[in-house]
Amino acid sequence: MCDTLPVYFKDWDVVVPGELLAEGNYRPGSNVYKEDGKLYSNAVGILKFNRGVVNVVPLSGPYIPKVGDLVIGEVIDITASSYVVDIRAPHVAFLNASEASVKPLNLHEEDLRKLYDVGDMLVAKVISFERAFNPSLTCKEKGLGKITKGSIIAIPAVKVPRLIGRRRSMISLIKSETGCEVVVGQNGYIWVVGENPEDEDLVAEAVRRIVEEAHVAGLTARVMQMLKNKKRKKS
Amino acid sequence: MGVCLEEYQLGEGKVRLNMAGEQRRLISDDGVRHDGRRPDELRPIKMSVGVLKNANGSAYVEQGNTKILAAVYGPRSVHPRHLAYPDKARVRCRYHMAPFSVETRKSPAPSRREVELSKVLREALSHAILLEQFPSTAIDIFVEVLEADGSTRCAGINAASLALADAGIPMKDLVAACAVGKVDGYLVVDLTDLEDKNGEVDMPFAMMYGKRKVTLLQLDGKLSYEEFLKAVDMAVVACERIYMMQKEALKQRYLTLRKSIEGGGST
Repeated sequence: MCDTLPVYFKDWDVVVPGELLAEGNYRPGSNVYKEDGKLYSNAVGILKFNRGVVNVVPLSGPYIPKVGDLVIGEVIDITASSYVVDIRAPHVAFLNASEASVKPLNLHEEDLRKLYDVGDMLVAKVISFERAFNPSLTCKEKGLGKITKGSIIAIPAVKVPRLIGRRRSMISLIKSETGCEVVVGQNGYIWVVGENPEDEDLVAEAVRRIVEEAHVAGLTARVMQMLKNKKRKKS
Repeated sequence: MGVCLEEYQLGEGKVRLNMAGEQRRLISDDGVRHDGRRPDELRPIKMSVGVLKNANGSAYVEQGNTKILAAVYGPRSVHPRHLAYPDKARVRCRYHMAPFSVETRKSPAPSRREVELSKVLREALSHAILLEQFPSTAIDIFVEVLEADGSTRCAGINAASLALADAGIPMKDLVAACAVGKVDGYLVVDLTDLEDKNGEVDMPFAMMYGKRKVTLLQLDGKLSYEEFLKAVDMAVVACERIYMMQKEALKQRYLTLRKSIEGGGST
């Protein structure tokens, strides 16, 4: 039934704001709005159809927190009972002292600075976010907390889904080819820990390639080729 | 005997006089303008997107000698906090002319005219942005005129609209703008500084072309009702051409890389 209605673009086409994508019985997905039965894009992005749902995968844009997101942020301030964390979103996030670590903190006896100080990078999880209020974070799970080793790479947040890949294919490829431990924050910070700095550089190079070519099909194969070539050169 | 025209260069060829000391006409009887264009012809336009690394979005637009750089930051938190709207984003816009953008140095402090144009640009652009998606934040737009040769507010809107799209800020549509004016009795599009200063009418016009919605319409001078209708028609046609160029500029950035990879095949 859907097939008979007009569609003006095909999968993977680059579209811009205001562009008429399709007419009729399709449903608007992300970055698509419907007006008088017509679907328009509201961002610069790549068109993706998914069983009657029209999506535009944006090529740029801010990080909008979602509850449950794993993020990496920098402590920028400390208040009486919480840490202020920059997670590259429109609003700064708060990490309450009661959520700051698995071991509870006694505010009467201990200084908050003992745990994290201004300038520290944290791995945290978003526990609440309402559009008009600041998001709040938790570090009360295994694997969350202060980053003490390795390096951090910053990429645009919109490229994170591509870096992870379908069913984590891209990120597992990078991990297995370089032997590095890689933690991807949904806000576009990537934490890499490798045996030596060269391995971490290799990850950075692969990530840069993914960011630049995120909108071109067949990326996983190209990245695999690149990593294999580099490794051969090294050995 | 034909009339011998002698051109006196005042400034950089800004005003042309004939032997009698009268100002030379800005448009000839067969409808050719002082720079050789037809009345409905735009100047050569160049657009590029993503020219600044530090900004979230940026664009550079040239319309003839008018050169504009636009940068967009945000959505980001508002300081002081009480300026934030609880239900939507606040758009802040700064239109500014560089001191070297005109012949005699312009003071870098914001003039009355610049404050007004900042407001006009903000209103022309903010209707296209889906402000409700980012409550209590600010979106900052900076429009810097590097060289001014007429239609700077329209070129500024064209550049800022591209920069907003480049920043990934959700918009209903791109905003395209073009000025229409009346010069020596002719309606002409995309005025130069000379035509703006010596002509009878200047009418800046901006619209979301895909939505057929006008977001800016100013009129400096007098037009009859018929002339006004004709001027709007000309502006819409000019906006269509600019709108197509904007789309092309936004897509080109991604398509060149895609082509080079796909064209190179699997090598």
